[in-house]
Amino acid sequence: MNKFTLHTGIAAPLDRANVDTDMIIPKQFLKSIKRSGFGKNLFDELRYLDEGQPDQSCEGRPLNTEFVLNQPRYQGASVLLARENFGCGSSREHAPWALDDFGFRCVIAPSFAEIFYNNCFKNGLLPIVLRDEQLDQLFKETAETDGYQLSIDLERQLVITPSGEEMTFSIDGFRKHCLLNGLDDIGITLQSAADIRAYEAKRRQQAPWLFDAIK
Amino acid sequence: MAGKTLYDKLFDSHLVRTNDDGSALIYIDRQVLHEVTSPQAFEGLRLAGRQPWRIDANIATPDHNVPTTERSGGVDLIVDPVSKIQVKTLDANCDEFGILEFKMNDHRQGIVHVMAPEQGAILPGTTAVCGDSHTATLGALGALAHGIGTSEVEHVLATQCLITKKMQNMLVRVDGELGLGVTPKDVVLHVIGVIGTAGGTGYAIEFGGDVFRAMSMEGRMTVCNMAIEAGARVGLVAVDQITVDYFEGRPFAPKGDQWDQAVTEWRDLVSDSDAEFDAVVEINAADIEPQVTWGTSPEMVVGISGQVPNPDAEKDAVKIDGINRALKYMGLTADQKITDIQLDRVFIGSCTNSRIEDLRDAAKVVKGRKVADNIIQALVVPGSGLVKTQAEQEGLDKIFIEAGLEWREPGCSMCLAMNPDKLGNGEHCASTSNRNFEGRQGFGGRTHLVSPAMAAAAAVTGHFIDVRELI
Repeated sequence: MNKFTLHTGIAAPLDRANVDTDMIIPKQFLKSIKRSGFGKNLFDELRYLDEGQPDQSCEGRPLNTEFVLNQPRYQGASVLLARENFGCGSSREHAPWALDDFGFRCVIAPSFAEIFYNNCFKNGLLPIVLRDEQLDQLFKETAETDGYQLSIDLERQLVITPSGEEMTFSIDGFRKHCLLNGLDDIGITLQSAADIRAYEAKRRQQAPWLFDAIK
Repeated sequence: MAGKTLYDKLFDSHLVRTNDDGSALIYIDRQVLHEVTSPQAFEGLRLAGRQPWRIDANIATPDHNVPTTERSGGVDLIVDPVSKIQVKTLDANCDEFGILEFKMNDHRQGIVHVMAPEQGAILPGTTAVCGDSHTATLGALGALAHGIGTSEVEHVLATQCLITKKMQNMLVRVDGELGLGVTPKDVVLHVIGVIGTAGGTGYAIEFGGDVFRAMSMEGRMTVCNMAIEAGARVGLVAVDQITVDYFEGRPFAPKGDQWDQAVTEWRDLVSDSDAEFDAVVEINAADIEPQVTWGTSPEMVVGISGQVPNPDAEKDAVKIDGINRALKYMGLTADQKITDIQLDRVFIGSCTNSRIEDLRDAAKVVKGRKVADNIIQALVVPGSGLVKTQAEQEGLDKIFIEAGLEWREPGCSMCLAMNPDKLGNGEHCASTSNRNFEGRQGFGGRTHLVSPAMAAAAAVTGHFIDVRELI
């Protein structure tokens, strides 16, 4: 997994609530058996005016020029500003894969759907929760300033604006540790293999019908 | 000290370890796998040189991509080459690791959340996960079940555990008696309308009260299925005699002495009378009428006697923006009557509403009637091969076919249109599925979520109508 320590990048504002994972990456692209290559179809139905197909080149497809990520000033954006309940709906991890593949390293919103939030951490993508009024301020400043950039300091848990204003965010200790060090959490869990085996032995006694039944 | 909720009991009994930061490692009894969210997990195992921790905790079936038209020719005849690769990849992975899979033409194949309970693969008191958000369905069985992402699928395959955090407890109580023509789907749509699409975020929702106690297992599954559309990963219903009766004789349910032992343990899978919930929502059953979604989020729902909302009546800026976008996408006007919405297609199926009772409800409405002329297509897609067989034994297939609906093979089908079943641009669909997001059922498609009875009524009239006028 990619490490996340410090990051500075252009912020792009996606100003709508309840952005669902079908919108982030439509279903026809979930047929891939790979983890990569989803970036060109990120927000496909918002970005393009036609219907996208898997394995199709996106060169020459008609663009929706009103969509934020198609505007010249947000090219190269790596921090996505979003609204409440971002990532709701389907559990598809293709959503964070697409955001990551497109070049986003961080999504800032007042709230996230839980499965999406979990999935981000598995992919080195940092979801940050700030208060509504803080988001309002970031949306406003982004609109007012071309090339507006935000810095994210994970160690200190800060979002830093170009004027130096610092906004603190919370994050679980374990997730922070994994992101800072780019750690694979399966490896960490397997360090507890003895605990898992002990639980399993107890479980087998309590509920033997759950073992060797499905085969 | 207050008693425990059902969720507390399930969580606490699966705790392997608690970490300093409040996260926990919980043991997972069962994982259900399908073709869309598992290939990268198996690939991850191979790349890391890992083996699954426990083969017998897993069960698999392809559902999202499979065609629902005649398919006796097998996987090689799937027309879409990308879909074909994905289904073949699941087959190859399950064969390689020895995981039990009901392949596409096995009569037990079906939508994961229909197949797993009907096989008794998920039992009360278990923890169950699947790379699909509608795993919430299985909470109806008194199991702690929720959707996970592909990295977590790999984590559970490799460790039989999940790193998680305890949720808060919400009780949604619906007391009283449901009126004629009001179904479990209407109850859950109404609940989502009340608490909102993010109202359950961070909570495990237990559905309690008279209405759920009287509800069949199929109905409870419909309700828990859509807990995720209210933001809650987990929906639960306490175990009672209806639950126990449902499992008796299922292929993977315990037998003999183990059955008796299991039933004794399951009887405790209820919230203690002095358990405290972090949030309680109370709804009167008499206030619920047949529901129809008009917009692009499941919370955008009204009763059949209602109207499309007017943004001018709303004060909240985010809500106004949402209504305006939805009206534009759906091609509707403010204050339009729901019964005036004209439809193009009807879809009866999905993990929400493709079980035998759903098909019976729909058949009852269409019996002796014909699909309206303006309906291009009306699909009935049973949730599993076993549901299909049972429906055919009851003659439901003939009722549908005679009325002009299409009777299909089991799969997810038009719920998310990963296979050839989809809406055309701008078409309106009365759908018994769970999500009305933009583009969900096809590019530019306009979804209205309803119960099977309401979808059937829409099929024979060509527009929304109060099903109570037809039964």
